[in-house]
Amino acid sequence: MSLSLSILLTIALAPLVGSILAGLFGKVIGRAGAHTATILGVAIACGLSFYVLYQLVWGGAQNFNQDVYTWFEIGRFHASVGFMVDRLTAMMMVVVTFVSLLVHLYTIGYMADDPGYQRFFSYISLFTFSMLMLVMSNNFMQLFFGWEAVGLVSYLLIGFWYKRPTAIFANLKAFLVNRVGDFGFLLGISAILYFLGTLDYQTAFNHAPELVGKTLQITQNHAWDAATVIGVLLFIGAMGKSAQVPLHVWLPDSMEGPTPISALIHAATMVTAGIFMVARMSPLFELTDAALSFILVIGSTTALFTGLIGIVQNDIKRVIAYSTLSQLGYMTVALGVSAYNGAVFHLMTHAFFKALLFLGAGSVIIGMHHEQDMRYMGGLRKYMPVTWITMWIGSLALAGTPFFAGFYSKDAIIEAVGESHRWGAGYAYFCVLAGVFVTSLYSFRLLYMTFHGKERFTVAHGHGHAHAAHAKHDQPHDEDHADTHKEDAHHTPGVLEHAPHESPWVVTVPLVLLAIPSIAIGFLTVGPMLFGDWFGKAIHVNEANNVLGELAHEFHGALAMGLHGFTAAPFWLAFAGFAVATYVYLFNPSVADKAKSALKPVYEVLNHKYWIDELYFAVFAKGGVKLGEGLSKVGDAAIIDGAIVNGSASLVQRIAGGARRLQSGFLFHYAFAMILGLILLLGGYWLIGQ
Amino acid sequence: MITLSHYIVLGAILFCIAVAGLFINRKNVIVLLMAIELMLLAVNTNFVAFSRFFGDVGGQVFVFFILTVAAAESAIGLAILVLLFRNRSTINVAEIDSMKG
Repeated sequence: MSLSLSILLTIALAPLVGSILAGLFGKVIGRAGAHTATILGVAIACGLSFYVLYQLVWGGAQNFNQDVYTWFEIGRFHASVGFMVDRLTAMMMVVVTFVSLLVHLYTIGYMADDPGYQRFFSYISLFTFSMLMLVMSNNFMQLFFGWEAVGLVSYLLIGFWYKRPTAIFANLKAFLVNRVGDFGFLLGISAILYFLGTLDYQTAFNHAPELVGKTLQITQNHAWDAATVIGVLLFIGAMGKSAQVPLHVWLPDSMEGPTPISALIHAATMVTAGIFMVARMSPLFELTDAALSFILVIGSTTALFTGLIGIVQNDIKRVIAYSTLSQLGYMTVALGVSAYNGAVFHLMTHAFFKALLFLGAGSVIIGMHHEQDMRYMGGLRKYMPVTWITMWIGSLALAGTPFFAGFYSKDAIIEAVGESHRWGAGYAYFCVLAGVFVTSLYSFRLLYMTFHGKERFTVAHGHGHAHAAHAKHDQPHDEDHADTHKEDAHHTPGVLEHAPHESPWVVTVPLVLLAIPSIAIGFLTVGPMLFGDWFGKAIHVNEANNVLGELAHEFHGALAMGLHGFTAAPFWLAFAGFAVATYVYLFNPSVADKAKSALKPVYEVLNHKYWIDELYFAVFAKGGVKLGEGLSKVGDAAIIDGAIVNGSASLVQRIAGGARRLQSGFLFHYAFAMILGLILLLGGYWLIGQ
Repeated sequence: MITLSHYIVLGAILFCIAVAGLFINRKNVIVLLMAIELMLLAVNTNFVAFSRFFGDVGGQVFVFFILTVAAAESAIGLAILVLLFRNRSTINVAEIDSMKG
């Protein structure tokens, strides 16, 4: 029994067809047609992905690895489009298509009044296609194609409301920062081609041991280990895509995009592409301890320090964005200690609960009539009960409460780091433990500020008449209407036109559907996926590095792990975060302000995000402008135009001006020159003759 | 006794006078033509002298050719001179500089 190619092709191409229909024929098929076509495409992909997963896990199907189409050939180099589907791929496919499907549904409610409705559906379906191409690829070339395609769609979607200058700034920033990562990634792929002579995964992995001992002469006096160079370069690509320090700056700004894509692209799927890629390349990364240590340090720095920023943010989406950064850091840490299963497992659980949190935040934003500032929220739980409960579930999962999905993955990562002896593991262990406290603190802060406590908004007219008749009116008039926005200039923060209301069912159903795996997926899959041999040969770990294998000896089922969780340090750290948040934000809000003024320097540092944006702006943006100006003034105007082009012309002119004076026009001058020449010539011969 | 060297010296002197006439003269194009004629005569003198010295009449035959060509050249030169005077109403050498770069 093996997987059929036609099924895999359908999975990949159905969203593309939907995207083309909605994108090119959006006017013809209308709004309903656009969302029907794209949802149908993604639903087909999702259903078939589940089928593929079922076949691989229970149906006894063999892994699929086959070239489908020859993309191009250059000399001996052969680039093809092909699929490699094993359990790792199948899991990613299910996560991607499932979250994507729910986001498609959710979008019907969220974007209801947006003039770019069809465009939006076209983009997110295109994203699904690109992401599937990325995860299903069987070679580096196609991986890179998918990698760039998701980047492109991310760019398009961050700037979806293209009339807003901030959105354009954000998408440009995301694009540029990703270029830095992609440059490293492309170099890494080139290095693989250089050393291994192939871009096919399986061939490359089979030949990977040949890398040992090979070196690359980059600097004058030091030969670099080939595997380390490849590992670091590939990971630089992952740093861009998965927003690791110091290339993390684009992700918080990407929140300028509509909330559904924040959930789909900037939380659940695209940003985890880097994690997936490193896990997929595990046979290469296992060859190099140095690169893994690099990954470990970068990941742990991201996990702790971006989480800290989340504590001081007031925009509900930005809090979750920093949380995403921090959780991506956790996944990276897991990669760094060779716990690839742990990283992928956390990737999966995180995809569910983070998508849930983002969609929940979107629901709050709809309910609050596009108010995103948590300082003007509070007490929303009685207006939006479904959102409230599902957000609690998501936050509990995020904070790592035992038995919730996030607990199993995060706890496993922390323990794996504790077990590891890799260089940097001590620092990483501190960071991930402290990160637990921080995660819990900002999660519950968000919940309390949004759903609990006093209402910090007022309703301008009416008396909370959020009944059905007004439902249409209450639909979001979207943030993109620059014109509308101008009309809203008199809009004062915290004053709503209507009372908040629960969102329509297309919004709440996805929340509920995501809440279920946020609770249960960890409990159900932790055994086989994390400690078992679930991934088979898809993930390769050297015996010496196998920290999860060590932990597996102590693993006695998900229930025991959950119960044991109550006695472990991470739980108490999370509980401490919960307690602090509860005290500060529920019972005694004045503490927050006091703490803010008491810890002013710390607050300033966090509020300015360590001035990294400012630094980049001053160094790279300003520096780039300066460099451009310099090159334009010195290089172009002075050297090329001045010296080379005009310079050669004026040199000729000057020489000719001198020579012109010889041409006096007087015959006797010419005659004299002739005689003189003759005399010199003869004199010369005579001298030589002597 | 007049030797060959006397003739050669005479030819050289004539030639130098002609060259000097070419350079020093700034007034009259006719003098230029005369100077050229003088140069040719200097050459002719040499021809005749060497012809006699080597006992070869070829040199004297050449002199006849040169005299004929010089006569034709003078005629053409004078014709050009007339046209030049008609067009520019001057034969002053210092004013004829339309070849100036």
